[in-house]
Amino acid sequence: MSWTEIGERRAVVSGVGQSQIGRRIYRDPLGLTLDACLAAVEHAGLQLSDIDGLATYPGNMNIPPGFSGVGIAEVHDALRLELNWFAGGLELPGQLGAVANAVAAVATGLCNHVLCFRTVWEASAQGDAGRASVTMGGGGGGGGGGGYRATSFMQWSLPFGAPSAANWIGMMANLHFHRYGTTREQLAWIALNSRRNAEINPTAIYRTPMTMDDYLGVRMISDPLCLYDCDVPADGSTAVIVSRGDAAADLRRPPVRIEALGTALRGRPSWDQFDDLTTMALRDAAAMMWERTDLTPEQVHVAELYDGFSFITLSWLEALGFCARGEGGPFVDGGTRIAREAAGVPGSVALNTHGGQLSAGRLHGFGFLHEACLQLWGEAGERQVRIDGGDPSVGIAAAGGGPLAAAFLLRTD
Amino acid sequence: MPDQPFRVLPAVTSDNEHFWRGGEHGELRFLHCAACGTWIHPPQPRCPSCLSTEVAPRASSGRGRVLTYTVNHQPWYPGLDPPYVVAIVELDDQEGLRLTTNIVGIEPDRVEFDQRVRVTFEEYPDRDGSVWLPFFEPDPDAGGPVARGAQGGTP
Ligand SMILES: [Zn+2]
Repeated sequence: MSWTEIGERRAVVSGVGQSQIGRRIYRDPLGLTLDACLAAVEHAGLQLSDIDGLATYPGNMNIPPGFSGVGIAEVHDALRLELNWFAGGLELPGQLGAVANAVAAVATGLCNHVLCFRTVWEASAQGDAGRASVTMGGGGGGGGGGGYRATSFMQWSLPFGAPSAANWIGMMANLHFHRYGTTREQLAWIALNSRRNAEINPTAIYRTPMTMDDYLGVRMISDPLCLYDCDVPADGSTAVIVSRGDAAADLRRPPVRIEALGTALRGRPSWDQFDDLTTMALRDAAAMMWERTDLTPEQVHVAELYDGFSFITLSWLEALGFCARGEGGPFVDGGTRIAREAAGVPGSVALNTHGGQLSAGRLHGFGFLHEACLQLWGEAGERQVRIDGGDPSVGIAAAGGGPLAAAFLLRTD
Repeated sequence: MPDQPFRVLPAVTSDNEHFWRGGEHGELRFLHCAACGTWIHPPQPRCPSCLSTEVAPRASSGRGRVLTYTVNHQPWYPGLDPPYVVAIVELDDQEGLRLTTNIVGIEPDRVEFDQRVRVTFEEYPDRDGSVWLPFFEPDPDAGGPVARGAQGGTP
């Protein structure tokens, strides 16, 4: 498809911020959110009175427990913002769909500076019950039990004991393994690379080294996905500020420009009805993003790609063209093409430099955009990627899995 | 139905009743377009191919193949013990006519890609009437990897 207007180039990221991040820190989710929001405003060099837009994913909801707990209204009121535009919700192209909304809002001139946030407190909310507590309809005992009856799209999976994306993504990963010969020993490198990066990220949750033996020895969740293929529930909030480019010229740091956005979903909007189960919507979002730019994958230095499950990252790598379809396994094998040190090396890209959700914590999509911007600003500390002694200048932040996906191509050059 | 594994049951409505209760008659039913012959799943009021409203439930062959699967090891629900096989089965009736289900009647580690399977129903009583969950088992009429006499395959 050819495009006549690339309006996202009128938008930039002007600042980012994060709250305390951890496991079961038992802090009020609104408090975490305000910490992240104020940090982002300060980071951008803006005043709260400059913020005239507010965007979030998924809005205020708490099913499953700790999934959000903070919506537009809570932050709007707590900070006494005067808004010209706002939007929060779930029916978006993935978590970063909220940021895509903000880009559209500033590009059309509805507002100047949009505060975008995503808050999770799943670690605290799930408490000691563990992640199995999030499954809907667990009534205990045998037979058809409990008061819950499955509706909407969940009716097609819950009766079959498949309540989790681990099952749905597990089937996609298994098909990829079958079709392309991908192995667990290859997929492992997504997790091992992330852990290696998390070791030097002071805010990451899991920072102790992980070996291949650790990975292969841990319990299986839904074949071929083991525990270390699943991200780790966390508490924390991430905020990013999307600004109109011509309103951000004099801010604290040179803005991260949005070169291209991909938000497409060209197949069926379904976890099990989508035409190609090994690519899902990532294929469409990535294709659209590249349709809207002259840049190519070879020019990308850092890729921060969603890893709610490790296989999603593998699929993003293929969809974004870092390797051919089906070649994700050999591409990540051994870890050298995705390591921090690989940035700028032809045929390589630095992947999930903060540790991803697998090791740094499930901040649910926004953590990838946060990290991509930090890398492009040269503010990533010990894990900072270098290109010929300088900072990277082109990065991708992409989030979502299954039928939900959005990709951002970012640049500072 | 004592000793059944725990199952979250669907909310049966006029839109999906043909699917969840067709098993009472031994039939795996989907909506079918009288105008162009397209099978439709999940149920929709118009045919997605020709937009006709002449869509009505019809019995499929109930036979197909394992498009993909996963052996679930995580105990998501008390009363539903792993391991069990979650699969996407594609019906013979139309390319792309598929559903998420369980493969039963075979050891989980014997399930294979493209394995020939046929529907088998299990009745679950509910407060407003039973539902019949459509599982799939190795198709005894098909060649290929069928594990006869497998034990304990019911998830
Ligand atoms: Zn039709």
